[in-house]
Formats: sequence, C-alpha cells, structure tokens
Amino acid sequence: MPLKDVIAPFYVWKRAFEKPYTTAKPIEERPGAASYRGFHTNDMALCVGCGTCETICQNEAIDMVPVPGIETTAKDSGLRPMVDNGRCCWCALCVDICTTGSLRLTNEYIWVSTDSDGFRFIPGTGDNPWDDKALGYRRDPGYRLMDYERQDMAMLTPEESARSFLEVVKGYSAEQARKEAERCVDCGICIATCPAHMDIPEYIKAVRDGDFETGLRLLYRTNPMPATCGRICTHRCEEVCSVGHMGDPVAIRWLKRYICDQVPESDYADILRDQSTSNGRKVAIIGAGPGGLSAAYYLTRLGYAVTLYESQEKGGGMLRYGVPSYRLPYDQLDKDIDYILSLGATIHYNTRVGRELRFPELMADFDAIFFSVGLSDPYGLGVEGEDHPRVLSGLKVLEDVTHDRDPDVGRRVAVIGGGNVAMDAARVSRRLGAEVTVLYRRRIEDMPADPEEIHEAQAEQVKFVTQAIPVRVEEGPSPRQVNIRWGEAEMVADEKGGRPRPVLMEDRIHTETYDSIISAIGQGGDYEFLSDEYADRVEMKRGKVIANEYRQTTIPKLFVGGDIANNTADAISAIADGHQAAVGIDHFLSSGS
Amino acid sequence: MSDRSRYPELVDGKPAVDLDSEKYVKLWHGPQHPGITGNMSLELILCGDEVVDCKTHVGYLHRGFEKLMERRTWIQNFPVVCRIAVPEPAFNEYLYAAGVEELAGIRPPERAQWIRNLNLEMMRLASYMAWLGGQAGAFGNNTIGQWTITHRDYLLDLFEEMTGGRIYHMYMLPGGVRSGLPDGFEGRLEAVLQKCEKLLKEIELVLLNNSVFKARAVGLGYIDKDMIDRYGITGPNQRACGVKRDLRKDAPYLVYDRLDFEIITGTASDAYERTWVRYREMHQCIDLCRQIMARMPKEGPFHEPLPNVLHWRIPPGQTYVKAECTRGEKGYYLVSDGSLYPRRICIRGPSYTHAFPVMEKLAIGTDIADIAGLMVSLHTYPPEIER
Repeated sequence: MPLKDVIAPFYVWKRAFEKPYTTAKPIEERPGAASYRGFHTNDMALCVGCGTCETICQNEAIDMVPVPGIETTAKDSGLRPMVDNGRCCWCALCVDICTTGSLRLTNEYIWVSTDSDGFRFIPGTGDNPWDDKALGYRRDPGYRLMDYERQDMAMLTPEESARSFLEVVKGYSAEQARKEAERCVDCGICIATCPAHMDIPEYIKAVRDGDFETGLRLLYRTNPMPATCGRICTHRCEEVCSVGHMGDPVAIRWLKRYICDQVPESDYADILRDQSTSNGRKVAIIGAGPGGLSAAYYLTRLGYAVTLYESQEKGGGMLRYGVPSYRLPYDQLDKDIDYILSLGATIHYNTRVGRELRFPELMADFDAIFFSVGLSDPYGLGVEGEDHPRVLSGLKVLEDVTHDRDPDVGRRVAVIGGGNVAMDAARVSRRLGAEVTVLYRRRIEDMPADPEEIHEAQAEQVKFVTQAIPVRVEEGPSPRQVNIRWGEAEMVADEKGGRPRPVLMEDRIHTETYDSIISAIGQGGDYEFLSDEYADRVEMKRGKVIANEYRQTTIPKLFVGGDIANNTADAISAIADGHQAAVGIDHFLSSGS
Repeated sequence: MSDRSRYPELVDGKPAVDLDSEKYVKLWHGPQHPGITGNMSLELILCGDEVVDCKTHVGYLHRGFEKLMERRTWIQNFPVVCRIAVPEPAFNEYLYAAGVEELAGIRPPERAQWIRNLNLEMMRLASYMAWLGGQAGAFGNNTIGQWTITHRDYLLDLFEEMTGGRIYHMYMLPGGVRSGLPDGFEGRLEAVLQKCEKLLKEIELVLLNNSVFKARAVGLGYIDKDMIDRYGITGPNQRACGVKRDLRKDAPYLVYDRLDFEIITGTASDAYERTWVRYREMHQCIDLCRQIMARMPKEGPFHEPLPNVLHWRIPPGQTYVKAECTRGEKGYYLVSDGSLYPRRICIRGPSYTHAFPVMEKLAIGTDIADIAGLMVSLHTYPPEIER
C-alpha cells in the first residue's frame, strides 16, 4: 500500500471549517429564480375562461369553475381555472397555451396551511398568500405552442375586383383549410356568441379530419344556409375567438364556406337525410329571406306543410337583392335555397301579402304564420331637396343590379351612409365605372359596416369623407346632375357616456356636384300588409315587432323574425330567428300555448 | 468463479437452495436501502457473508410510463418523460424531443442545439455528483456525499434559473427549448464549475487515493470484456473495461461533433476503475460546458414554431433515437400512426441491463458488505427499469 494512499485523505481537513451550505429557514429566505415555476396566479380581468389550460393539462389538475363576481358575457365563459396542487406537476404548459396570457406562475414555492382542502385553489382571487408575490415563469415570446397567424385568403386584387362582379374571395385550399382548422383551441366561446349557436368547434374539427359529411350535418343542425353564411356572415364568433387575444382569430366563416364548397348540392340529400313524415298541419311563411327560409327548413323537417309567399321573383330576400354577387354569388345562394325548397315547401313568387292576397285569409287558412319581411323602406336623408330625381336609394341600386338593370348612377357618385348597404352601393358603383365618394357623419371606426367591407372599398379606390353631414340637396348644373351641400362636423363627447355625437360646424359648408347621390342611411319596416285588423294587435317598439324567446308575437299564432324583429339585423340573426320560431311554432301547435 | 464447490448445486441453471439446511440465509437488500439507488431490491442468498445467488426485484416504482404516453397527446408527454430517470431527466427530455422532431420533420434552430448540449453536459455533471456521493457512501465515506450533493445543488440552482425547475426541468420540448439563457448565466456557471473542480481535486485525494476505498473497490465487480456485447453493457461500465465506445463520438448528436474531447477509457474493469473513469468524465463535462459557452451563438431563435399543439398530429412513422447518458446508451423508440397520440413509445435505459443480468451475475461471490458498493458502481436508476 503506497504511503500516499494513507496520507492523501487528510489533505482535505480544511473542509471541516467551512460554513454549512444550507439555508436556515425560516431565518433566511431563498426566493425562487426569476423564471421559477411556482404556484399559479391568474389575471382575472384578462382571463376569458376559454379552458385551454384545462385541455392541455396532462394531469387533469385544472378544472374550470364559476367564480363569484365573474359574469358570463359574450366574450367570457364566466369560468376560471381552479388548480389542484395535489395533481399539478408545474410543467407550465397551461401558461404556454393560455390564449390571453393571463395565467402565469409565481416564484413562490412554500405554502403552509391548516386547511386540508386548500391544495385546490383558484389562482388570482387575491385569497392566495402568493398572489402578490413576484412572477416566476412566463412564456417567452420567442416560442409558442399554437399558430397565431391566420392563413391568408386568396382574393382578387383591388384592380381586378373594382372592374368585375366576380367573387372577391377565392376560398381556401385543402392545406390552408386544414391548417386554419388546426388553430382552433375548441374553447367554444364562439358558440354562445353566434346568434344561431352553431356547433363551431365541432365543424372545425370536421375540417381538420377532412370529414365534410359530418361537417355539413353539423352546419345544418343550426343553420340551413351555410354556403351563404360562409361568405357574408357578420361573424361575431370571430370577434370573441379566444385565439384572437394574442393572434388572429380563427377564420370560422371561411371554414364554414370551405365545408359547403367541398360538398356538391346533389349529395346534400344523401348526407343530410332530412325526410320527415307529415303531421298534417300547415304553416304560412311571409317572406323568403333568410328568416323565412330557415323557418321553412326546420318546419318542413318537423313535418309541417309549409307555404312561402315571396314578393320578388326569386327567394333570398336581402341576400339576393341587397348583397352584390361579388360577395355572395347567386349560385351559392341558390344552392342553399334549392336544398331547403327541395324538402317539399311550396313557394309563391311575385306574391305580396296585402296585394295579391290578404293577410286575414292566411290567418284563417293556416295553423300558424311566420313573417320575416325585412326592412324594405329606405329612410330619407331628412334634408331639403332630397326628392331630387338624381337622389337614388341604395337598396334600389342594389336591387337593380341583381335584376340586371342599369341603376344609372352616372360617372361621379356620392354615397351617403356608413353601413353595409352604403359600402355595397359604393362598390357596385365602382364596378359600374363611377368615381365614388362616401360621405359619413361620424368617423371610420364608428361605421356600422363590416371592417372588411370598408377596407375592400378603400382598396377599390372608394373615397371616404368622414364627419360630413348633408345639409341640402340642390339642382345641379344640368338635369342629370345634382349638388349636395354638406358641412364638416366635430365629434362631441356624449355627456351620458354614449358614443360621441357629430355636431355640424356651420362655417365649414361645402358644395359639390355629382351625377347621383345614393342615400343609404338605413331602412325601416313596412307593415301595411298586416291589415288594419291585425296591425294594432301586433305590439311594436321603435319600428320593430316585439316577440318572446320563441319569436311569438302578441298574436299567439303569429311568429316573427329577421330584421323587423331583432336589433342586430343580419342574416345569421334572421336564420336563428327562423329556427327558434320553428321550435316555437311546433311547441305552440303541440301544446297549444 | 469457475470453482462452484462451495456454491449450491445448479438445477436447470438455477441454484438449488435448501433454506431448511441452515446453510443459507436469504436476505432482502432493499427496496428501502441507501445502497440501492432508488426503490429496487436484491434478493440475496448468502452462505456466511458471501452471496451465492442474487435476484433483482423491481416493481416498486412502476408507473407505466410507456402505456401512459399512448393516452396522452404528443405535447402532453413532454412533462411526463422527465420522470423516467429522476436524477437525470434531461436525457429523456432531449430524446423525446429529438424523436418527435424526426417524425414531424422539425429542425430545431442552431442555438437550441447548443443550449440543449449545455443542458445535457450540466446534467451529466450533476448526475455524476449524486452518484459519487453514493459510491463513497456505500463504502462508509458519508461525508463525501454531503459535499457532492451540495455541489449538485449548485448545479440545480443553475438549472432553476435556466429552465424554471430544479429537478424536472421540462425545458427541452419538441422544436427547441423554452427560453434562451438568462443574463449573466455564463459567469455564474463558470463560478460553479470552478467550485466543482476544486471539489473534484479534493475528492481525488480523499477517495481515489484512499487506501480503504482502494482496498474495497479494486477488484470488486469485475466485468469481463466478452460480457460487454453479450450483456449489452454500455457507458462507463463498458469504457472502464477498455472498450472505446461513446455515442457522443460514434453517432454524434446535437453539436458534439464540433466539440473537442476524447473517449475516456480504463482497463481494470472493476468498481475502482469505473469510479476513476467517471471521475475523469466529470472533468470532461466541465471542459465541455466551457467549450459550449465559448462557442454557442448568443442570439437567434431557440425554438421552431409548432402548430397548435392541441391538435398536433405527427405523420405516421417510426424512429429510434439514442444518446449517451451518464450510464450508457439511452434510446427512445417512437411510433406514430398519424393520430393525436403516440402509438407506441419504448424506452431503452441502460439501467435495465446493468441492474438485472449484469448485477445478478456480478453479485455472486461478493461479500454482503460490498453489495451496495457494487450496485452503485454499476450506476443504475430503478425508475428507468420500470417504464
């Protein structure tokens, strides 16, 4: 044995005098590192309760629970994550996947409690001892577990679109649709917001799976006009999409369109299998717009004999006569309508109730009536000279284009208004070769039109003049021309907290000459057809018909839906109304109440 | 070993032990025993204080990881895999990530590969630190364990600020790593590396030049060279026998092909030699960490963006990825059927070989007092056996 091996160990005797390495808790504290994965905390105001944390947690340590003081709203499920520290492994995938970035970890790792149930807690309530501690782990912006960018939609260039009535949006490719569908986190917040409560996460899953038959069946459960809505829906679902908090919302509308584009109409009957047996009852529907068609579909499926009365020569209502074909091609609208009518409903075109036949007759002949006649009475500008022959109505212009008639807008056009009708009228006029100026009372951000429509109109060289209030319409230099006097407005904050009001500045008045002025500042309902006998009995408020949750009016067998009965006045709300009314009529006729 | 005159007769290759003869004693070494590196037990048959038969029993740590992973999505398995080898989770994280990346066709950014490499070498050093304490402790030198575990804790402090976790880092996920290195990390790492170097020098004096340790470890658990391939022995157990194999050199992954190092081997192939090989590999880890810090890109992306992981489908396929962990070759066999979940994941951990056939063979003829030292010298982790 070498002597070194006996002596060497004694070289380290100095270690005996070294200080201990341990932290003398509780005298000393050792905070976790800056990115330590400690206990959860949550920014309750930022969190929308999407539940993605719950979905990704591989230990099922997170449950979404109601929390006092958190209300369910359109954008918020009203639930918040509850963490079970008995199951949590602090992997922080919940933090990484959180769609709002509200869920984070603190760097606190010691917790003593006498409450034996306290290991289950709701982060961010302020009741947890670590809620005010320094934040630990947060997702580094350099990495992500989901795709925040939407798949680009192929569109006509503004130069191309301004010259033709071809559909502007070209649709997704299979690869794009699958990628876009993968972006969905299945939270379902969109379902509550959709007026028709469509099964959005489920049909998006169908796109991911490439199972378009299931997708189509899911669409028709709540919406019998999916090809239409896949193009022109106001898509409020996308406004609340939880993915939209940190990225682009999922293109829900385009995915709906994609499903419909994949299935030819000839396959619809086989896939949907909507056959039903007649129950012997008859329902009349006045107006074959989205509301009437939706009601017709669901009533037919329930076995009712449905008769539709449509004043125009074709069905679709505002979808056909108010939405230009570059947004909604007629063949797509016809695809939806043809399938609904193929189920057996009778439709009388060019039949206006109140003109070709009387409303009381319908009341006598049918077990129930649903009416969804839309808002067809354009509001006047309310200024002197507005009945000048060169002042056209936006709706009339759009209707003429649908009928293939020249609306005769001229070369220089002013459109007054900021809604979708105004945008459509402006873009249609562009396509007819006119130079178009939109005059709007408020600011761009106040416009009720879809932002996409505004952007596309701008791209198509429509000129926007905002905070412009029409003052008077005057004779133009020639009979084919018209002058408009308009004044600049300043926005004045509303004392009651409402949106700011435009106030005319009397000293800034301009006069301009146009070939035509298209008025598109909204429209009201026309209830003349109800006849005096019933008009008084149908309760109304601010020009809209009052109805209960089943869309039943104050006359029990009379149901109502669409723009005349809701405040959102869009196609999807009308479709939802039609569905609710069908359920309501069925309930009414079965139970008698 | 050839003289079996003192050992029980073999019947069908198994020793026929008649416990009633009072010639033998059956002793359970474990499952709770400091000489066992985790919860595992050796069923020993003793004749006097000499082991005449040994049988390894596992099952105390079985959590069914491989099955568990078939029921979890690809991303949900990321926090699961690190638990398969508690003292060195990083190798599991790396291999799972590398396998998924290969199947999904993802190429992690350059910087991520360097950071992963650093993480793995730090992990190797930390794992050896824990082992070194165990090896010394198994022969009664318990103080050394206190020093090495402390130094391992210094390394865990670094992991904590690098990854957010001390033991289970959950840091290397498919696509790269979860963050870059924190500010000033290089300086703090260097300080810890220097502390470790100082400690290692002292350990050389107090353990490797310790006549008592030498007397007990030299010649203990001799692994014959022809056993290597027959038993599938890898890692330092194999290198101490003179076989120059190391996946870091033979099948370079990450950035090992850009680092300067030599495979460390020994000749004597006993417990002492294995300690000596690992001891030198610890110095090598320190050197590699310094090389990586000096050469790694300091800027740039550290993660390749993934699609929405909640719906992440991996194209159908299979792969086997491997890496040199502290104990030898560790491999992940992954099969995807194109769904949201793995079809099969099978993990090849070196502990299985070393703790089962090798240990059962080496134990025979060993004194009961040396069993713990022998067990630790094979460096096995029971949770890795029971996937």
